[in-house]
Amino acid sequence: MPTNQRTATDARVDVRKTYKLYIGGKFPRSESGRSYEVLDGRGRFLANASQGSRKDARDAVVAARAAFPKWAGATAYNRGQVLYRVAEVMEGRRAQFVAEVRASEGLTERRAEAVVNAAIDRWVWYAGWTDKLAQVLGGLNPVAGPYFDISAPEPTGVVGVLAPQRSSLLGLVSVVAPVIASGNTAVVLTSELRPLPAITLSEALATSDVPGGVVNLITGRTAEVAPWIASHRDVNAIDLAGAAEAEGIAWGDLELAAAENLKRVVRPAGEGSDAVEPDWTRTPDMSRMTAFLETKTVWHPKGR
Amino acid sequence: MKSISPAVRVVAAPSDSTSAPSVDPTGRARDLLGVSRLTNSALTSWLHGLPGVDQVGCEGRAAGLGTRSIKTTSKAFAIDMAISMIDLTTLEGADTAGKVRGLAAKALHPDPSDPSTPSPAAVCVYGDMVATARAALGDSPINVAAVATAFPSGRALMPVKLADTRDAIAAGADEIDMVIDRGAFLSGDYLGVFREIAQVAEACVREDGSRARLKVIMETGELVTYDNVRRASWLSMLAGGDFIKTSTGKVSPAATLPVTLIMLEAVRDWRDLTGEMVGVKPAGGIRTSKDAIKFLVTVSEIAGDDWLDPFWFRFGASSLLNDLLLQRQRMRIGAYSGPDYVTDDSPSLY
Repeated sequence: MPTNQRTATDARVDVRKTYKLYIGGKFPRSESGRSYEVLDGRGRFLANASQGSRKDARDAVVAARAAFPKWAGATAYNRGQVLYRVAEVMEGRRAQFVAEVRASEGLTERRAEAVVNAAIDRWVWYAGWTDKLAQVLGGLNPVAGPYFDISAPEPTGVVGVLAPQRSSLLGLVSVVAPVIASGNTAVVLTSELRPLPAITLSEALATSDVPGGVVNLITGRTAEVAPWIASHRDVNAIDLAGAAEAEGIAWGDLELAAAENLKRVVRPAGEGSDAVEPDWTRTPDMSRMTAFLETKTVWHPKGR
Repeated sequence: MKSISPAVRVVAAPSDSTSAPSVDPTGRARDLLGVSRLTNSALTSWLHGLPGVDQVGCEGRAAGLGTRSIKTTSKAFAIDMAISMIDLTTLEGADTAGKVRGLAAKALHPDPSDPSTPSPAAVCVYGDMVATARAALGDSPINVAAVATAFPSGRALMPVKLADTRDAIAAGADEIDMVIDRGAFLSGDYLGVFREIAQVAEACVREDGSRARLKVIMETGELVTYDNVRRASWLSMLAGGDFIKTSTGKVSPAATLPVTLIMLEAVRDWRDLTGEMVGVKPAGGIRTSKDAIKFLVTVSEIAGDDWLDPFWFRFGASSLLNDLLLQRQRMRIGAYSGPDYVTDDSPSLY
């Protein structure tokens, strides 16, 4: 028996992780070739993440646009099933989510578990909404004439999402799930300093039934990439939640850029120009879904 | 690159090659080959005497040229250059007069939001749409190119091909895109292909003695080897083609960078041999600005800047124009543009 054989207790060589972006259902490196170090709450190294560039955002918008017709055209019931399946995969990766949320946000084990539970529950909550939106928001309108007059909510299109900086999983789920539940596709700029739960969510999305391109996640510097998403003419709406506490960003500038092609804008919480991150543990209402919906009204003649 | 505005250059013809051919291709071929009678065996030994193409080297060179970084003002110049080199093409069975008029309108005003956008060099249509295209383009300098000789297969008898060509000329075509008989070429009947091209070139002469420019489509996707591409290029130039063109766009692979590189080498060497310039037109499969710029780099590096001109180099494309326009808008407005801001040329589903 060779004497130099290692025993199980010997130290292993560290597997230092370098994560990639999630665009169009694939995991590409950043076009720029850059990456940055992700640290935990105490400044210790966790992993390397891709530092996405404006061109990655551009590619993500192309992927989201390509995925839009099919995702918007899927039946609401089917979308609900697909999203529920994501919650199942997230449940399977619970331990990884807990560890990453704990490390990223500096929480206790118990707190981190509570956050992951809330995030998965929220995903399920939004999955349940897919086939109920039209019943709640649409319907038959009373009109003075021989017509059926029907209103139905329709998805807006490609939505840019600046994910919350502080709440790396619950906040992320709270802004991404309402966008895609109604049939939009999303280009998500993750939390700059706490991207790991988002990266794991992208792996959950890739291994569930969500078609490639429906959710695209870009890690990197928010102040660098966000203006390009806000000014992109092929993005139909933008959620500015992540502008709160982001380094070097004034959300008013992003709203100004977004106005160029009349994007729907969801402003961050807070008064005036001070954006603050809301308490994501509070039970949501429909507002994040309705913000990215348009109403289509059909007039159909009927006999007397 | 030269700093001439590409927008104005479509009009100017640098040489008198639109007039009647000064040389008889058969006589010139005899001189070049050094034979008293042009036979198939003479052509065969001449074409097979051309040096073989180093496949790995050629593909490596093309890949290397594709890595050049063209940015800011060079990119703006390249984009305008590429737009002015496009033969805006519609070659579908479902083409209608309305679609051709729409294409002509797009050629006249590629980007209505920016009048400084240059126009493409030509509109390329089937023969029966030439009159429609000419009428829609009016007296603008944009040419009308017509595909002829039983495009895309080329499987018709010679009288039919010649009639096809003459009809397009009579309807007002400025340029003729002919296909060679690939079956004849691959089976070694080089003289047959030579005669075919020479006869079509003759048919390109108008009643007033002026001449439409002839582009010879070799359909490189069916020629199997790079050696064949080189031989077909030389044969087409020998027989009097004004342009050598890669493909019909109906066969895949169409215009690849290595194939275009070989053709550019051929026109460069042909000028060294005869003093005459022949144009090159890659067609089919070029969809992005990035691809187009790779081709322009290759033109500049292989053939030289003399070919960096819409008179001598063209892109056969339809969707490429929209991508170039999006890039152009991106540089102008400083934000990414989207497909809502260019016309949608995809065929209607209704």
